[in-house]
Amino acid sequence: MESSANPGELETVTAPMNAVKGEAEGESKKAGQKKATRKRRRLKVAHPERCIGCLSCMFACSRINTGRASLSRSAIKVKTQGGLEGDFAVVVCHACKDPPCVAACPTGALEQREDGRVVFHRDLCQGCGDCADACLIRAISLDAEGKAIKCKHCGACVAFCPHGVLEMEEVEEEVDK
Amino acid sequence: MLRRVLYIDLGKNESWVEDRYDLFEEWLGGTGVATQLLFEECPAGIDPLSPEAPIIFSIGPLTALFPAMTKTVATFKSPLSGELGESYAGGRLAMAMRFAGHESIVIRGAADRPCYISIRDGEVQIKDARSIWGIPATVVGYILRDVETGVGRRSIIRIGPGGERLVRYAGVVVDTYRHFGRLGLGATFGSKKLKAMVISGTEDVEVPDSKRYREIYNKLYKTVVQTDAMEKYHDIGTPININVLNQLKGLPTRNFKESSFEGAEKISGEVLADDYLFRRVSCAHCPIGCIHIGMLKTSFSREHEYEIRKISYDFELIYALGSNLGVSSPEGVLELIEACERQGIDAISTGVVLAWATEALDRGLITTDDTLGLALKWNDVEGYLKAIENIVKMKNEFYSAMAEGVEVASERYGGQDFAMALGKNEVPGYHTGPASIVGLTVGVRHSHLDNAGYSIDQKAAKKNLSPEEMVDAIIKEDDSRGVYNSLIGCLFARGVYSTENIIEALASVGIEKTEEELEVLGRKIFDEKYRFKRREGFDLEAARIPRRFFETVSTMGMVDPETIETMMEIYRKRRGW
Repeated sequence: MESSANPGELETVTAPMNAVKGEAEGESKKAGQKKATRKRRRLKVAHPERCIGCLSCMFACSRINTGRASLSRSAIKVKTQGGLEGDFAVVVCHACKDPPCVAACPTGALEQREDGRVVFHRDLCQGCGDCADACLIRAISLDAEGKAIKCKHCGACVAFCPHGVLEMEEVEEEVDK
Repeated sequence: MLRRVLYIDLGKNESWVEDRYDLFEEWLGGTGVATQLLFEECPAGIDPLSPEAPIIFSIGPLTALFPAMTKTVATFKSPLSGELGESYAGGRLAMAMRFAGHESIVIRGAADRPCYISIRDGEVQIKDARSIWGIPATVVGYILRDVETGVGRRSIIRIGPGGERLVRYAGVVVDTYRHFGRLGLGATFGSKKLKAMVISGTEDVEVPDSKRYREIYNKLYKTVVQTDAMEKYHDIGTPININVLNQLKGLPTRNFKESSFEGAEKISGEVLADDYLFRRVSCAHCPIGCIHIGMLKTSFSREHEYEIRKISYDFELIYALGSNLGVSSPEGVLELIEACERQGIDAISTGVVLAWATEALDRGLITTDDTLGLALKWNDVEGYLKAIENIVKMKNEFYSAMAEGVEVASERYGGQDFAMALGKNEVPGYHTGPASIVGLTVGVRHSHLDNAGYSIDQKAAKKNLSPEEMVDAIIKEDDSRGVYNSLIGCLFARGVYSTENIIEALASVGIEKTEEELEVLGRKIFDEKYRFKRREGFDLEAARIPRRFFETVSTMGMVDPETIETMMEIYRKRRGW
């Protein structure tokens, strides 16, 4: 199985946030020195046509980020289009440069940091769903408690995709003044 | 943690939920629980197609929590064998039941007109299905997808015309590509006028110690995707066995008259994978993706216009509708598989029944008057397609008998020596030797995955096992599967889930079991199934073994009736019967 995750990738899974956070901090320092561009890591659906619909990514997301086995608490969504006969659609947060979800959030629960990352403050979320409506690609949903489920681009799902559908990529973007 | 049983009464149009901690505590889940529910629900000696005959579905404590824990078990009184009916299906059903919060579902009674069941979390509705009665199993999926909710997390299970018309080996199609194939659950659905069940839910599963859960999960996931434990299912898939068994002289050919097929290479898993496979799909929460879907492209005009059909194929189907019918073209095999899919009938049983009919016609036991003019011959795909239609329509007395299975058909028309059923169930695709024959005769599920006798034969061919050793291996496998099928895992992953791994996985979800406890439980579950079988008239002493098994060379050479007799004796002794 050449396309399966290698052991190294799996090991990072137990502490995905640390790995990503470390890099993100480094990047923000860099961004501080040179204001014109910023770099961050984001989740990318590199090969959607390779998806077999196993949902391992969704279970990885909820397991690692919420400690539960759940589809409704997953920030990555594998949709069927015409049942298992159709193609799968893998929906992930696009990590917009100018995120409409943040603009729509009335309480500041979704906040964009200087490095471009969007962080979610669960305690501030009142479950209005405006963020979900604002996202055209429908990457945000509400969980059973009515709180937003927002991808943090931690990469947990990537390590559990058996077919190399998902990748982490580094994006470099110019920052508008 | 598991407890909830959903009861649905189609006759009274009502449903309710009961907490049954007792059941899950003692019997774990899956087949352990479903067997007990069958005892509770099924009165002794009833007609399997009467309203009193129940349908039971169950999942287990590891469902949706670990990779490859993808199966749902159904128990019922088999319309084909008249005793224990047990069948397993993958797809998304197990996950959907888990997230809807129903660990078992009991369906009682019969509706007075066609209906389907819609379950959305705790909400259960019995809906009118008159407009979809008579529609092929494949098409029902499209229709219900549009009218029901739960996209991406639901499961739609349904029957085709075969189930509606009570073909005794009709199956239930699960999420288009998987099935409760064996032993006639589709006919039980049909007898209740139940066309389909749609289920989805939004619950999630909390674990007591999420760190421990993640650790054992990572270990199991790694084993599933990174070792060769499941390689064969990932690459070529189950049809890899066509070439393997053919070389071993274990591939039933033309109704078991031969055990190797000159056309095997042409219909092999390798050829299908190279030339027809266009897609692989997974059951929910299994990273393997063993569901192999072939594309059958048929021209219907001179202007490059094509019909495209997407057909899932596996080893058993290629044996039953390929080598065993002498069909040597991949297109022919795929077409026959598709015909069974549309009608919603079990492909193994269909192939075996057709093989018997072909030989019976050749030997003059039946005539073309019986077959309504069809001169059934090996490799005659067109003839077989027509015969499948005639069986489902029960066109005349002969086809009606065929719709009752090869046991009944051969009782009426003769040819029992080559009517390839054990325990009244048409046999799967192995002529590997005595362990396969004995395994299928004594096993509780009467399917090829009962106790893997075929695999014991293959081991015996290499290491010269004694009859005692073969019997012990059968018993060990059957008993341990009682536990595995209560979790419920896919048997393709059984190499990953060692006893040690099962104990760890259970512990991580708060169920503490020792190796001894699991061993005792496995044996107990087996005994309970035998209790049900015997109650419904099964008698191991009276088991009929078709003579054909002794006339055709197997992987283990010619099988001697005395070897079988000896092994059966050892078996009874070991079981303490």
